[in-house]
Amino acid sequence: MSGHEHATVEPQNDLSYPILAALLALPVGAVAMFIGHQYAGLISYPMLSTLIFLPIFGAVAIMLLPKCKTGLMRWSALCVSTATFILSLPLFTHFDRSTAAMQFIERTDWIHAWRIQYYLGIDGISVLFVLLSTLLTILCVMVSWTAITDKVKEFYAALLLIEGSMIGVFCSLDLFLFYIFWEAMLIPMYILIGVWGGPNRIYAAIKFFLFTLVGSLLMLVGILVLFFATGRSFDILVMMKTNYPLTMQIWLFWAFFAAFAVKVPMFPVHTWLPDAHTEAPTAGSVILAGILIKMGAYGFLRLNMPLFPEATKILAPFMLALSVIAIIYGAVICLAQTDLKRLIAYSSVSHMGFVTLGIFALNTQGVQGGILQMVNHGIVTGALFLCIGMIYERTHTRRIADYGGAATLFPVFATFFMVFTLASIGLPGTNGFVGEFLILVGGFKASVLAGALGATGIIIGAAYMLWLYQKVFFVDANPGLVGHGSDLNVREVLTLIPLLILVFWIGCYPNPFLGMMDASVQQLLERIASAGQPPVSQTALEVLK
Amino acid sequence: MNIPFPDLTPVLPEIILAAVASLVLLVELVAVRKGPIGGIGIAVALFLLYLLPYTHGETFGGTFVSDAYSDWFKIIFLGNLIMTTLASFQYIQRQHQDFGEYYSVLMFATCGAMIMASSRDLITLYVGLELMALSTFILTAMKRHDWWSNEAAIKYFMLGAFSSAILLYGFALLYGLTTSTDIRQIGAHIATTGPNPALLLSLVLIIAGFAFKIGAVPFHMWVPDVYEGAPTSVTLFMSVGPKAAGFAAIGRVFYEGLGALQPDWTTFFIILSILSMAVGNIVALVQKNIKRMLAYSAISHAGYALLGIVAGTTEGLTAMMNYLLIYAFMNIGAFCVVITMDCRNDLDDYNGLAKNHPLLAAVMLIFMFSLTGIPPTAGFIGKFNVFMAAVHAGYTWLVLIAIIFSAISAFFYLHVVMNMYMKPGAVRVRVEGFPTVLAALLIAVLAVCVIGVVPSVALR
Repeated sequence: MSGHEHATVEPQNDLSYPILAALLALPVGAVAMFIGHQYAGLISYPMLSTLIFLPIFGAVAIMLLPKCKTGLMRWSALCVSTATFILSLPLFTHFDRSTAAMQFIERTDWIHAWRIQYYLGIDGISVLFVLLSTLLTILCVMVSWTAITDKVKEFYAALLLIEGSMIGVFCSLDLFLFYIFWEAMLIPMYILIGVWGGPNRIYAAIKFFLFTLVGSLLMLVGILVLFFATGRSFDILVMMKTNYPLTMQIWLFWAFFAAFAVKVPMFPVHTWLPDAHTEAPTAGSVILAGILIKMGAYGFLRLNMPLFPEATKILAPFMLALSVIAIIYGAVICLAQTDLKRLIAYSSVSHMGFVTLGIFALNTQGVQGGILQMVNHGIVTGALFLCIGMIYERTHTRRIADYGGAATLFPVFATFFMVFTLASIGLPGTNGFVGEFLILVGGFKASVLAGALGATGIIIGAAYMLWLYQKVFFVDANPGLVGHGSDLNVREVLTLIPLLILVFWIGCYPNPFLGMMDASVQQLLERIASAGQPPVSQTALEVLK
Repeated sequence: MNIPFPDLTPVLPEIILAAVASLVLLVELVAVRKGPIGGIGIAVALFLLYLLPYTHGETFGGTFVSDAYSDWFKIIFLGNLIMTTLASFQYIQRQHQDFGEYYSVLMFATCGAMIMASSRDLITLYVGLELMALSTFILTAMKRHDWWSNEAAIKYFMLGAFSSAILLYGFALLYGLTTSTDIRQIGAHIATTGPNPALLLSLVLIIAGFAFKIGAVPFHMWVPDVYEGAPTSVTLFMSVGPKAAGFAAIGRVFYEGLGALQPDWTTFFIILSILSMAVGNIVALVQKNIKRMLAYSAISHAGYALLGIVAGTTEGLTAMMNYLLIYAFMNIGAFCVVITMDCRNDLDDYNGLAKNHPLLAAVMLIFMFSLTGIPPTAGFIGKFNVFMAAVHAGYTWLVLIAIIFSAISAFFYLHVVMNMYMKPGAVRVRVEGFPTVLAALLIAVLAVCVIGVVPSVALR
């Protein structure tokens, strides 16, 4: 029997070398192409497609690896995600901050009969999310290094597939393409929660799937109506220049709202989030909190607001009200949580309430603050979930009551957690402060009541986060905690350091980030401000001259 | 009276298929090893089809026509025949039903379906329909000594006979009112006279007859029992063949013949469509047997395809045709997985499949997501296409209903995925992946993925 097993293992070993070579060739080739492009001007290559398809091909390559090579799978996942991150850096350095136009455009016909194009491009609104996605995926790979031991192959493949489709969502300028990426992500995410999640994972996974699917399908109908209203086009840029009748705008606003509000999640449809975030494995929670729920708010910015500007203006007060409810409701519920992850999950509801508050304030500070706060939330909540994942790996409990005195046992960990806690509260000097401050300025300008109520959310936020910190790290040490491993190791510290740097970078000097979105946000707000007014005719302009 | 000999080139595929089917029947009487003969016969038939000249055009006095429309359906039928044959070889041996007639009856059923797609005359249509229906009855009863198989066949036969009679009654009324069985002449006649109550009665009867064939609610009662009782390879065959044939006939009769009555029949099809989606998707939720679940899923997919008919435009017709092609691939794929599993076909038999057979589970996952309609699979493209046609025709509200049921359907399709990936396997089920069915699976999964990503390669 053992001889037979040996015989079957042997050829797999032989097979792994060409696969290993292919795996290494993938990122190395991509990086080489990038260097060639940058420094020699040899090849002009499709930047965004590389970012989307490098992880997807990486996932396929990992699926082809033999089952026993778990180490190789981890390294190749790290390799692919790091290469993607490095390749995404030129988006930051070479991004033209002076224009609101789309950049890094790629455009070819895809399905000619339905006028569907493969159309990619990014502007100031989407660029930061692409960067955030590529960064967080590396950290997800790293944090899962020892936590995932079962079905390793499928795990990393799912993770990379999610990365590819997330970047695809942020880059799509064709509505059909946008929808494909938007929905395609559901499959790996469902698997990720359902297979590697906590005890209640099956329920959480199906709930996540159904909530998102219903919202997305309503958006699909909206997309179809929009397609015919635009004269058979899925081109988002063409739609941004089309003026739709007001009733249609309002209906379509709700159809798209259904998809995006579920993803954000906004107040009445947020119930999937605590379950999904709590039950998902650490990497899943980080992806969910860090990027997936940003896609909802991004959808508002990319589609709802520029496509239906009049409806946006009319419905903005309603959105502000929902945001304020989410801020306060989410924060109050946090106070009553007994589970670490669930608390952070509900805090996401509250924080995303800030984001939508800023966005629907419809002024520069609000929208810029909203976008920045999305990035901040991705960094900070991502970091908090990473931290919880690290401590869970040692103690195997998420109950707050089981902790206490962790600061003496894990001093390095406690320091990191402190920084991220303070960033979550919005202490000046951290990134949370910049974002929340801008949002509240915008909120007060839009509605004093909404601004004032939103500000109370920050106070409750400080209450529950500090309460959590005290319960877990100070008070009397729980004897059950002693002997559960040592402080953070090098891999874990390396995972958290990039986020720590970003917390302080954005907190102290946010200009590079705000500057990126300036032009695009201005253009968006002008589009909304000018909506509903009769267009100034050419002759009138000439008279004015 | 000198009747000219009809031009046979447009009808050549049917002739070849019928001839080869008869030959297979004869040869198998005397052959010792019966297994390969059916396969060889079908291969020969396909080779001849490829070899011999075949033209578009009408023949037999305009009662038989072959055009792009019928070609499309014939490709589906022949594809279905090939896939069924591939999936059948070892399966029917395992089931001890390796009878000589099996493959030739499959060919006769396919031939009947092809005649239906090509007929432009009510009589020809009926002959094709009966050839197909009777062959399928026989196929259902193929497990001679199996109680379930016989019960299914009896049910199918009784209800099928009723539905044929109802259809025929409708045809008779139509003939009485328009003095013709030629579909185009009927169309011309109705265009001049307009609707009247007797015409509407015949319309209802015809719709009822066809709705039975496509398994639309409320004429769906036979579907779950027959799908469950029949040998799985036969279930595979009839979940695609007769359904697509029914749609082919609906398209021909209602678009070409009864176009003038469109407002009337649209209402009926809307009702059928909504009921099919509702009953199919909701009842599927509580099924314990995967064949029964796929039966209700087939009912609901008839509802989605009907959206294309409801749209009443060329775009809608095209969307319906595309939908059926895509449905054929994903449904055949799902049934091929069922065939490889040598078990009682309970949903619980799939528990933990991903651990023991990761590749098979991954393939089933793709088919389940495709049937749900999640991109980037072909199922999404199909749904998108019919929804697009319906929205364009002004039926946005109907599409809203369709998407609600679509979301409900996710629940039971995901149930399979959940069992495969997220539950521990209780008893290890024997998986028999013999080469031919794996080839069919490979074709189906490739088609589902490729159509999902680049639909233009296969769709109209």
